[in-house]
Amino acid sequence: MSTGKFWIVSFAAAAALLLLTRWQIQNEYFYFAAYVVLQYVVLATAWNILGGYTGYTNFGTAAFFAFGAYTAVVLHKLTSVPVPAMILAAGAVSGLLGFGMGYLTLRLKGVFFAIATLALAIVAQTLIVNWDYVGGSRGIYIIRPQQAPLFGGYIEYLYSLMLLLSWLSVALARTIERSRLGLGLAAIRDDEQAAEASGVPTLRLKLVATTLSGALMGMAGAPLPYYVTYLDPTSSFNLSYAVNAVAMPLIGGMTSWIGPLIGAVLLGTIQQVATVTISSALNLLIVGLLLIGFVIVAPNGIVGLVQARRRSGRRRWRSR
Amino acid sequence: MAITLELAINAIIAGLLLGGFYAAVTVGVTISFGMLDIVNIAHPAFIMLGSFVAYTLNSMFGLDPVLIGVAMAPLFFLLGMAVYQVYYYAFERRGEESIQGLAFFFGLLFVGEVGLILVFGVDYRFVEAPYIGSSLHFGFVDLPLRMLIPFVVSLLMVALLQLSFGRSFIGRAILAVSQDRLALQLMAANPTRIKRIAFGISIATASVAGALLIIIQPVEPSIGRDYIGRIFAICVLGGMTSFPGMVAGAMLIGVVESLTATFYGPSWAPAVAFGFLLLTLAARPAGILGR
Repeated sequence: MSTGKFWIVSFAAAAALLLLTRWQIQNEYFYFAAYVVLQYVVLATAWNILGGYTGYTNFGTAAFFAFGAYTAVVLHKLTSVPVPAMILAAGAVSGLLGFGMGYLTLRLKGVFFAIATLALAIVAQTLIVNWDYVGGSRGIYIIRPQQAPLFGGYIEYLYSLMLLLSWLSVALARTIERSRLGLGLAAIRDDEQAAEASGVPTLRLKLVATTLSGALMGMAGAPLPYYVTYLDPTSSFNLSYAVNAVAMPLIGGMTSWIGPLIGAVLLGTIQQVATVTISSALNLLIVGLLLIGFVIVAPNGIVGLVQARRRSGRRRWRSR
Repeated sequence: MAITLELAINAIIAGLLLGGFYAAVTVGVTISFGMLDIVNIAHPAFIMLGSFVAYTLNSMFGLDPVLIGVAMAPLFFLLGMAVYQVYYYAFERRGEESIQGLAFFFGLLFVGEVGLILVFGVDYRFVEAPYIGSSLHFGFVDLPLRMLIPFVVSLLMVALLQLSFGRSFIGRAILAVSQDRLALQLMAANPTRIKRIAFGISIATASVAGALLIIIQPVEPSIGRDYIGRIFAICVLGGMTSFPGMVAGAMLIGVVESLTATFYGPSWAPAVAFGFLLLTLAARPAGILGR
């Protein structure tokens, strides 16, 4: 399927899903849960642009995500712009953070980049903790507007926005994957020195990838203050965002746009069900164990498993 | 706040004591990450495990935490060997060490933290020992024993490791693995076995480091995370493979953190170490004493 066609088809699918859920489902809890799953679709897809396509592991997802959320808080306090504008602003701020981060560290080996991103998350959290204007370590209460801009309740509105954002990030990821940029990123992943030697502008491409990936993570964070209505550094910088953003693409499969989507929907849903039926601490344990189990048993994720099966099936057919 | 000389000197001494303790926390990563090239970002989780083992045995039998840390080191050694075995079969042998291996340790870090929370809850735990709470005074200089004892134990441990790595066969073989794996194989030594033992040693140090940590401050499962950046900052600052360099890096970070905490407030202290790490990585990835 060509890229243009994919944008149209995927938009139609997203719109159909949106209309169907809004028409059929009245239960507000569904929207609370679905919002979180969709948020992870965006985070996992964004992580995969850098982690899966380029081969650089980012453990600082929470920093980009929380910067997006706090951008929205600042805008909420200063102005009365609508949430979509906040999402765009958050994308710009986190994209800039990604660019700066990449500029400082991308000339290093992959491992150092991973460690530096972990460090970045702590530096960013310290900044927010010491910034009283956005609540500091005490956190801040956000009062939702009384009326949602569209029909339905406010949580349905946030859900619709997040669904749109998921569509945008998945379509963007697939476009990158099939483009010249994606080829360059894949070359970096497979052998950076060889890529550099064959004339791939590695640093520039990596900077594009970190900026895009950071921007999408920030956009995913922007509606968070309105979703939780109370934002504090400990929860918004929570390590579980980083773990999920790494685990979902790894479990789904990192080389294709569909991997993070599968991983996020699967893991996100499991977690939502486990939170309600078992306990919220245990569901984090499940994610961690699944992550460890998958990287040991199926290092290429679900997509890798399916591909391997298809390939062996074809081989059997040919040898007949 | 007025910056007095006495305050500054006390802050520097407190920083040196803290840095000594950081050496104990980092020495394991210097072995695993610096020498073996295994990016064990789960090391803080093992340290937390050490803290909680010390807490459990201390509250049940009233044993001395340092004693517990040393006594439990052999068990941690075995645990480390087991973890390396899994890592070896799942990643190193297949040649898929990069992202999958990192994710493995990241998962381990997370599972360790959540597991401890499930068992012990998120309350702060502390140990009882006669020396906690008393301190030595020399003029205007305060030396709290709560900091001094971890400092001494930590430096003893590092010195012991330095001596044994330089003198014993296993120690030299570990250094050889870090320098040239193939050459070691040609000398008829098995690099996998050597790495297994070395990784075991690195986790064994976490037992002692954990016990020292819970002497210094009350502990809850998620504070281990604060040490990730600090540990790697010190390891990189120290030039990755050398113990003396690592101790120098630890002292540097300790002093800078302590000065920041004294003059700007403790809430800024964590950012200092990480800022240092980011700058070191950007400017001088080979470390302050690096080649």
